[in-house]
Amino acid sequence: MRSVRALAAMAVLSLLAVSTAAFGGEPKQGGILRMYHRDSPGSASIHEGATYSLNVPFMPVFNNLVIFRQDVAQNSMDTIVPDLAESWAWVNDNKTLTFKLRQGVKWHDGKPFTSADVKCTFEMLMGKSQQKFRQNPRKAWYNEVNDITTNGDFEVSFNLKRPQPSLLALLASGYTPVYPCHVSPADMRTHPIGTGPFKFVEFKANESIKLTRNPDYWKKGRPYLDGIEFTIITNRSTAILAFVAGKFDMTFPTEVSIPLLKDVKSQDPTAVCVVEPNNVSTNIIVNSTAPPFDNIDIRRAMALALDRKAFVSILFEGQADIGGTMLPAPAGLWAMPKEMLESIPGYGPDVNANREAAKKLMQKAGYGPDKHLAVKVSTRNIPVYRDPAVILIDQLKSIYIDGELDVVETANWFPKVARKDYMLGLNLTGNAVDDPDQSFYENYSCGSERNYTNYCNKDIEKLFDVQSQEHDLDKRKKLVWEIDKKLQEDVARPIIFHARTGTCWKPYVKGVTVMSNSSYNGYRYEDVWLDK
Amino acid sequence: MLAYLVRRLGLMLLTLFGISVVIFFLLRIVPGNIVDILFAAAGYVDPADKANLEKELGIDQPLIVQYLHWIGGLLRGDFGYSYVSEKPALQEILPRIPITARLAGLALMFSASIGIPLGVLSAVRQGTRLDYTLRVVSLSGLSLPSFWLGLLVLTAAVAMFGQIPIFNPNPATFLEAFATYAVPAAVVGFRSAALTMRITRSSMLEVLRQDYIRTARAKGASDAAVNYHHALKNAILPVITVIGIEAAFLIGGLIVTETVFNIPGVARFLVEAIRWRDYPIVQNLVMFIAVVVVLANFTVDMLYAVFDPRIRYTD
Repeated sequence: MRSVRALAAMAVLSLLAVSTAAFGGEPKQGGILRMYHRDSPGSASIHEGATYSLNVPFMPVFNNLVIFRQDVAQNSMDTIVPDLAESWAWVNDNKTLTFKLRQGVKWHDGKPFTSADVKCTFEMLMGKSQQKFRQNPRKAWYNEVNDITTNGDFEVSFNLKRPQPSLLALLASGYTPVYPCHVSPADMRTHPIGTGPFKFVEFKANESIKLTRNPDYWKKGRPYLDGIEFTIITNRSTAILAFVAGKFDMTFPTEVSIPLLKDVKSQDPTAVCVVEPNNVSTNIIVNSTAPPFDNIDIRRAMALALDRKAFVSILFEGQADIGGTMLPAPAGLWAMPKEMLESIPGYGPDVNANREAAKKLMQKAGYGPDKHLAVKVSTRNIPVYRDPAVILIDQLKSIYIDGELDVVETANWFPKVARKDYMLGLNLTGNAVDDPDQSFYENYSCGSERNYTNYCNKDIEKLFDVQSQEHDLDKRKKLVWEIDKKLQEDVARPIIFHARTGTCWKPYVKGVTVMSNSSYNGYRYEDVWLDK
Repeated sequence: MLAYLVRRLGLMLLTLFGISVVIFFLLRIVPGNIVDILFAAAGYVDPADKANLEKELGIDQPLIVQYLHWIGGLLRGDFGYSYVSEKPALQEILPRIPITARLAGLALMFSASIGIPLGVLSAVRQGTRLDYTLRVVSLSGLSLPSFWLGLLVLTAAVAMFGQIPIFNPNPATFLEAFATYAVPAAVVGFRSAALTMRITRSSMLEVLRQDYIRTARAKGASDAAVNYHHALKNAILPVITVIGIEAAFLIGGLIVTETVFNIPGVARFLVEAIRWRDYPIVQNLVMFIAVVVVLANFTVDMLYAVFDPRIRYTD
């Protein structure tokens, strides 16, 4: 039955792709895509970073084993297609994932790609190899992988401790390129070598990143572009003006805020702009290890005081989504049904009633109109953090909590959070893959390095494992909803909203698809072409 | 004169040593280092990885050892490596110096060539409509933040000409090349020109009231001769001092202008390096700026003697 559904989905997607191509016309070869980059990435090594500032310019240099279809906005298991792997199969009671690899693929320096490259890439990610990454932020993704074995030069197997269907989705992310064995991690930071459609030319810090077409790309006829040039412009106003003036063909993906989008459209009505969720949630981290938030009543009162719609209308002119941990529907695949979401305290539509309930909890904890609770709301000194923090402080006033904004420079933010030197923090959490395994284990699992609040619930932990092993999609979804609901009820890390952002390009740029449930996976650019 | 020069040179070296100590230790007082930032960006911290990285970069050593290592390297011509790009610091800094030098030079030229003549004009036409207009212009030049003015210029250029005069590393035409530097130089030089104009005006007004100016007029010297030959020559000393100070302070204005006009110069690079706590880059760049400032001051002092024969540097 699942195969039939998958086939049907593939047929619909193929039709969509064909119709898109038809509307776009016959692709033309040539031209340089000019884009601005929002900042200067710290290095060129995707595996050592945790920002899409790296994925956007460097994903075109690489291939993965598998990849989410680049012409379909919503990443899902059904849109995963072969990349360096020609095919894959789950065997051994779904505990082994075996890939048959593509033959004749060459690295940009001319050396052949083999299964040894796959083995050493993932062993390095698992921390099991001699060579080490300077930083390895996604090591936890491979916690369930026991080892990696090869069978000849063109077959590789991931042997798991237990079934984990989502591993395939993690391997399809823009964060999971295959690296060459013969190039050191240090060299990959400054001069990345891949097998992808574009070769790295140069990276001048704070200036530009240049890629050129790989004439020996294994996918014949791709890429269409001769190259891609990223000019690093840190000032957003300058960048947008430069796009409007025609200096660039495209804005940095998902970087145009909703108010700025209006400016772009008014100054350049021909620009094609799309607004999509970027799977980044704005949430509150609560230090429940110290007073006053060690009191569950105060945590619950705070959650009840949130008027999420106000955040969305003030900051996004209504264009953002309200949900739990998982990205809300329709873009999100794992979102709770509306009725279920609204049954969670604080999510109900009657904000005044919620706040009355919150006030009672505050009074129970000893606070009231004559005795306000003074708290510091810490956050990074960046507008996307600072602006919602100000609104949060305003909303907390309604339940006798007087917040004081404590802005922290980026360099000090994480050390501050790690040493629990905060009461309340306003935080942003990006999800590379719209899958519960990535989100739950990373942010809520006991002992996880990114579980900033140290929330730990062994019962929920068990449910994480149950959903993770479930191959039946519908069953898994129901489990995920229950877990997400429980996380919100426990005020583990109250989610305020999920942002949406814009991307614009000139009408002659064709073949661009902005992903709707991740801002990390859609930058291969091999199908992009210029109609001029 | 020689003894004076030797003494000045000694003072310059002492100043530079003091600056090296201040910048080195100030940078370390600021909370967070490159390793904190890298892990903050990654959203996790692994104590073992962190320790390894600190050891690799040498920032786990005692401060005095780090300082001596840096200064020793400087004396040997080894400027170290950028923590971020992992390239030699000199390789990162050198290509950016000519860009900023051109911009700063043009801004100073703009400042002097606009500020001095308009200052003289304002002084000799004191109390007229022209004087009032020029004073309003100069006041607005001092009041308008250069980032705001820069954005205004960019917005106007896009709205009126459909072009944006931001930095272009490969200009196709002379006009583009000129716009690359001239527009931001004018923006950053506007404030400086306003200051120069006000100083020139007040200095000229003081000189124009001197007896020898009255005498020159009584002897039948033309207005131009009185204003430019007799008065300006004596009024120029404070103006030179201000231009010298402005040359040193220009780097501050350039940080904003280089960001708004996306110019890959030293000033913007310095800010980014501070943000990343890229110690080798920040330390060497600040030392470079310090050398420029010290030399600019020295040049100004020497110019005094050129413009005013009464000034002699003797021991």
